[in-house]
Amino acid sequence: MTAMTAAAVLECSGIRKAFGDLVAVKDIGFSIAPGETYGLLGPNGAGKTTTISIIAGLLDRDGGEVRLAGEPMSPNATRTKRLVGLVPQDLAIYPDLGAAENLEFFGRLQGLRGEPLRTRVAEVLEMIGLTERARDRAGTYSGGMKRRLNIGIGLLHRPALLILDEPTVGVDPQSRNAILESIELLGSQGMAILYTTHYMEEAERLCDRVGIVDQGEIKAEGTQQELVQIVGQRDRLTLTASGALGATVAALAALPVVEDAAAAGDAITLTVDRAHEHLPEILSVAGRSGSVVRSVDVDTANLESVFLKLTGKALRE
Amino acid sequence: MGVVWTIARKDLKQRLRDRSAYILGIIAPLGLALVFGFVLNPISDFTFSATYVVADLDSGPVTQAFVDDVLSSTEGVKVLTVDTAAEAEALVGVDVGPLGASEEAAGADAAFVFPEGFSADVQSERPVAMQVIGNQASATNAGIAVALAQGYASELTSVRVTVATVEYFAGQPVDRFSTGVEVLGTPNPSALVDDTAATKQLDSVTFYAAGMSIFFLFFTAQSGITALLEERRGGTMARLLSSPISAAAVLGGKMVAAFVVSLLSMSVLVVATTLIVGAEWGNPVGVALLVLAAVVAALGIVAFIGSFARTPEQSAAAGSLVGIVLGFLGGTFFDVSQAGGLIADLRFISPHGWFMQGLADLSAGDLAVVATPVLAMLAFGVVTGGLGLVRLKRGLRA
Repeated sequence: MTAMTAAAVLECSGIRKAFGDLVAVKDIGFSIAPGETYGLLGPNGAGKTTTISIIAGLLDRDGGEVRLAGEPMSPNATRTKRLVGLVPQDLAIYPDLGAAENLEFFGRLQGLRGEPLRTRVAEVLEMIGLTERARDRAGTYSGGMKRRLNIGIGLLHRPALLILDEPTVGVDPQSRNAILESIELLGSQGMAILYTTHYMEEAERLCDRVGIVDQGEIKAEGTQQELVQIVGQRDRLTLTASGALGATVAALAALPVVEDAAAAGDAITLTVDRAHEHLPEILSVAGRSGSVVRSVDVDTANLESVFLKLTGKALRE
Repeated sequence: MGVVWTIARKDLKQRLRDRSAYILGIIAPLGLALVFGFVLNPISDFTFSATYVVADLDSGPVTQAFVDDVLSSTEGVKVLTVDTAAEAEALVGVDVGPLGASEEAAGADAAFVFPEGFSADVQSERPVAMQVIGNQASATNAGIAVALAQGYASELTSVRVTVATVEYFAGQPVDRFSTGVEVLGTPNPSALVDDTAATKQLDSVTFYAAGMSIFFLFFTAQSGITALLEERRGGTMARLLSSPISAAAVLGGKMVAAFVVSLLSMSVLVVATTLIVGAEWGNPVGVALLVLAAVVAALGIVAFIGSFARTPEQSAAAGSLVGIVLGFLGGTFFDVSQAGGLIADLRFISPHGWFMQGLADLSAGDLAVVATPVLAMLAFGVVTGGLGLVRLKRGLRA
């Protein structure tokens, strides 16, 4: 349960949601302050999209509380919905309308009219780099342009909270970088952002705080530094090897410096305190236990290793 | 209301940019109406025509009245008079050569033979008999001849009864002939109104123009539900529902757009078939009421069917199937009202049937005759549409 704060843009606590026998969200609660970017990091099926659907007023919840700027949120709370800008994971645009027409339509639904609407549409078109193609049908745009338009619609009415549900899925690296830059800019302008992703590097780059979600629960929450403290300064060591991997895993797990050891395919993954210092000893044990190590990869502690530590599985499993 | 119109306007813009909408809403029904109207045999351009021969061996006032007042006043009847029963009998067939009948008289449909003294016997209350000789090759026209004779015989019986009644109350004999003539000239206090469908038919061009218009209306009306399901699949529904508007406004916008597109399609078809092929739709106010009610019925039914669908494809397939079945039952391809019995009655479980019946009634009656078809179609639309919209609203967030 997260303590509610008066200054928070979003406050939610104890959210629960089940679809029949499937419990999608068990108990999720967090808050977001103005100008803060909060990341929900978790694998597919962790409950991220269900959580943001409840926060955006798309779904009713079975339990818990959601407040935006102090106003309760529900599917019928039309006034509260003005505070939210949603960027769904799917491209929520009309391909047979131009970018300007898409923006004008959704702007009208948000209550914008006349000159303020025209001005804001022009601003957003400029911001997402589609001014030149504003009249062309969105169906003719590249994937990156469509993604930018998808985001532009969400922020058109200057929402207090912008919700981005995995906005870079299926986007090429160049467009992805452009999207991340524009999100950083919005955050720096004081917009509260809720960002869901299963890309660890995006969460690390964008988010002031991260909630690690798995099986409908927030397993841990905090800044990157706070979360990394959970696994200490331990590194993740991956050995690609052949031979008696089972015996090698058992032998390595017995070492005092090795916290976790697991084998998957021809890879042995270890959580090790100061991996570089203990690498010679680890390779020696692996050789003695009947494995031939072909390559070694060392990852320093990050959100991925935190996730592994907390859930026992990788983010993209 | 502003939000509803905003959504409707966006949908209309999308529909107007979709070429398939023009094909389905205007080109296909118009094309088929032209093909069916002109290529297939006209099913309802029947005009009665018969040739009857009269052998009046009596030449009295009663037989003359039959020829003048019954046969000659019946539209489409051509009367040929001969002198003998043999001549009359010979003419009701093809072999007329030996009697020297003209080509025109050959193969008459029926002959009436009045024996000598027929008029006198009628006036003296003696039994009388007129003979009707029918041509087997034209059974319908021969049957009509029998019906005309029976009708006249009934009339004579009525006159006899009336004259006898007058004598009874007068207590003395009266001039039977002049009394009979007076009775015959008295207007009948009861009038037969022929209300059979046979008298209320559309000409073939109008029939197919109307049939194809209402048939394709059910495809055009699907646009609203299809658009709704497309929004759900495409992800824009989530964006709509996260906006500060109600789910009812989203549904309302879709329905308004579908209503406008359907009405526009029907209006264009009515005008186009009138101008291009000369379809005679009837009283414009009556036609407008029927079209409006048909659009409501179509929207209601496709909304109900669409509420069971998960994808636009499912909705289109189910809607098309129902549209085709209702179209056939309703007689948009064949005039099932002429079939009689169960098939004719079944057309009223379809809005198509009510629409076609309404237009047929309108062609033979005043504006008030469309009230029942209009109310029936509105009932279809309100009941099915109400259920459909409730189900659709529930499913919007699914």
